[in-house]
Amino acid sequence: MREPAPWHVRRGWIAARLGLVALLVAPFVLTALDRGYLLPVMTRMLAYGLAAAALDFVLGYGGLVSFGHGAFLGTGAYVTGVLLHHAGQRTPVLRWPVEIGGSADALVAFPAAAITAGALAFLIGAVSLRTRGVHFIMITLAFAQMVYFLVLAIPEYGGTDGLMLPARNNLLDLPLDGDQPIYWLALALLVGFLLVARRVMEARFGLALRGARQNERRMLALGYPVYRIRLLAFTISGAAAGVAGAVLANQAAFVSPDLLSWQRSGELIMMVILGGQGTLFGPVLGAFALLLLEEELSAVTEHWMLVLGPILLLCVLFFRRGLWGQVSGAPAHG
Amino acid sequence: MAEPLLRAERLSKRFGALAAVADVSLDLVTGECHAVIGPNGAGKSTLLALLAGEIMPDSGSVVFDGDDVTRARPSRRALAGLGRTFQITQLCREFSARRNVMLAVQSRVGTPFHFLRRADSLATLAARADAALVTAGLAERAQVPAGLLSHGEQRQLELAVAMAMRPRALLLDEPTAGLGPAETAEMAARLAALKGRVAMLLVEHDMDTVFRLADRITVLAEGRVIASGAPEMIRADTAVREAYLGEVVDA
Amino acid sequence: MDSLLLLEQTLNGLTLGVMLFLMAAGLTLIFGVMDVINLAHGSLYMLGAFAGATVTARTGSFALGVLAGVAASALIALLLELTLIRRLYARDHLDQVLVTYAVILIANESVKIVWGPQPIFLGTPEALAGSVEIIPGVPYPAYRLAIIGAGILAAAFLWWLIARTRLGMLIRAGTTHRAIVQALGVNIQVLFALVFAIGGALAGLAGMMAGPLLAVQVGMGEQILILTFVVVVVGGLGSVRGAMAGALLVGLVDTLSRAVLPTVLRGMMEPSAADQVAANLGAVAVYLLMALILAIRPQGLFPRHA
Repeated sequence: MREPAPWHVRRGWIAARLGLVALLVAPFVLTALDRGYLLPVMTRMLAYGLAAAALDFVLGYGGLVSFGHGAFLGTGAYVTGVLLHHAGQRTPVLRWPVEIGGSADALVAFPAAAITAGALAFLIGAVSLRTRGVHFIMITLAFAQMVYFLVLAIPEYGGTDGLMLPARNNLLDLPLDGDQPIYWLALALLVGFLLVARRVMEARFGLALRGARQNERRMLALGYPVYRIRLLAFTISGAAAGVAGAVLANQAAFVSPDLLSWQRSGELIMMVILGGQGTLFGPVLGAFALLLLEEELSAVTEHWMLVLGPILLLCVLFFRRGLWGQVSGAPAHG
Repeated sequence: MAEPLLRAERLSKRFGALAAVADVSLDLVTGECHAVIGPNGAGKSTLLALLAGEIMPDSGSVVFDGDDVTRARPSRRALAGLGRTFQITQLCREFSARRNVMLAVQSRVGTPFHFLRRADSLATLAARADAALVTAGLAERAQVPAGLLSHGEQRQLELAVAMAMRPRALLLDEPTAGLGPAETAEMAARLAALKGRVAMLLVEHDMDTVFRLADRITVLAEGRVIASGAPEMIRADTAVREAYLGEVVDA
Repeated sequence: MDSLLLLEQTLNGLTLGVMLFLMAAGLTLIFGVMDVINLAHGSLYMLGAFAGATVTARTGSFALGVLAGVAASALIALLLELTLIRRLYARDHLDQVLVTYAVILIANESVKIVWGPQPIFLGTPEALAGSVEIIPGVPYPAYRLAIIGAGILAAAFLWWLIARTRLGMLIRAGTTHRAIVQALGVNIQVLFALVFAIGGALAGLAGMMAGPLLAVQVGMGEQILILTFVVVVVGGLGSVRGAMAGALLVGLVDTLSRAVLPTVLRGMMEPSAADQVAANLGAVAVYLLMALILAIRPQGLFPRHA
């Protein structure tokens, strides 16, 4: 016997499907309206949507406020960029202990981005998850900063100037050139992650993760390995954020160390909260809203942060349900 | 007597200058109800936390089912069959009552590392959860988030959750805490029905409940065992009457 | 490395440690008493430096500048507490992070509007411009020695405040037995506002002291904020003693690793590349230190409830 879906859940699914339809027709509509130049902007939104949903996986459902997800986003971008860079230069990425060459193949780059970012998340999580609350926030922020300095320390990858890429990845021998292919790839990855993540949250793993957020003591007394569950969730989340980074690297044909910065981590949290934590769809909406807001505000004034700051402030103080709560009529945390 | 299921050997725990539990030994035999009583601050809750593994003792040992678990984490002891209720209800407040019980039913079956199959898709486990809710008198309230249940219902759910993982021994920390007279009697009846099915280590303030359920009673005062034995013996023990029971009898 | 260079770098490390201590002491007090995480603590540091630098430039007096910087940061902290932070005591840490993050955005942008995006110059005060021979034949900048001295004074003042005054008694009680303090009938709102202002004043002092050594610019607050986080994590959140130990440790490790690495790396690669690599790898050392300490003691060196 399943628990019957409440009205807001069904309304949420309707909204999510409408959103998907909108994203599916967007390239055609934009082209028809001669606004094709907006498509790269939407690709960026999709990538950030994926990163924000990945953060929500641990923040909204696991209660783990990571202020270091920029590190995973940036790592994914750099892995993709470094592989492309060496493929262009025809030099190996690594000579020792095993020789690894560059690659322009998306089927190599994207999994490599996910695995590397996931491994990094595993290492950072293994230390950080020994702590709680404020400690966890500060430690994830600090480790992300460490990754930032580590990347800057490699002169070959451009330091603070970032890394220009010679080309985009190839997918099945077809280059991801033009605005559309990378858009479709980003959309597919986002939809795939959302579908899987939604399922995971109703499976035993997801319930254990959510239960540990609500009452860690009870879950331990029931015998749940809370630490291992959280560590795995953190690893998955980092890997997904890494994939989002790979999309960003391809879209811009450029990797900036900015992606690794604490500001990026802060923005990802903002997206999750604006959209509504613990809803997965909400953070995607939050990503779209925040990037749109930045785009619009920066066109009006160079001091757009002075507008964004108060908006964020008011949202946190008075607008607790997030955008998705408005859309679906549900409170954050399902 | 058979080999005890749970045995604490000379457990001690200090918090700074305070000896919360000092040199306490006690055991729990399969199927019995062993009550631990004592005035406030006697160290009863600390003792339960030591047995459950939430805090580590300074010295002494805990043996469960023949294994030394003195240094084992709470989750490992739980998986070995040591259940627990808390003085302050510990539930997943956003989950429905049913989902709380489901989490308990599943905890000792397989692993939580399943990612794609819906958690409530296994009919046998779901049936066990529903049966546990019926036993707890919560069948009507199964879909209500635990945080929205009344205090009395939450106490019942707390017990149902602890029992749903099918423990072999159950640590009960004041199951009647905060309950009115009628609810207390109901809880005592529920516990009486469990007698024989699970070994219970019962920390309780309500003496009617204690003398109704206990096969043996251990009395703690200031972290030490001052008496231990059959209920009639404890009732008659002058030291206990002076230290503790006297107040209750007078009241 | 020869021992004289080591001595010099150790003193440099102490200088950084002093500034980190002033930051960490405020942050840890605010957390200990109010259970609030304040990301905008770095903004108070930045605002103190900007206000102090401006007053120094107008009046020509560094001392007045320090006073102005401290006063400005304390005042802004007080305003922040009264308008925003006060609403956050009952909220969870995530909300506190978000609101104070928004304050960072607002503070940085406001500074850009008022002072422009370029760093502004704050010279070493004339009286401290020279150097002192710490041991015969070894000159060391007097200003840096003054910072260390000021840091010792500030630490002594803090110790006196916390250990010897009624306010300090309430602060100590507030970190461990909040309910008791409230039950005593102490006006907890005034206490909280005061603690926040004290934290602000310390941050402003640190910012003003850093002014002549580092650039006074937008973003300086976040640089030191993240290092301050490392300090309190290493030292143990909520403990002033931990803040002291953590600050000195982090200051020394950061400075020494940055000093040692270039010489090591120059033997392995060309000098300009070596310097870039060393600067960034040197910055990594403190985070490794943090990871190491966390692995051994997750609650830091001086846990609050030990």
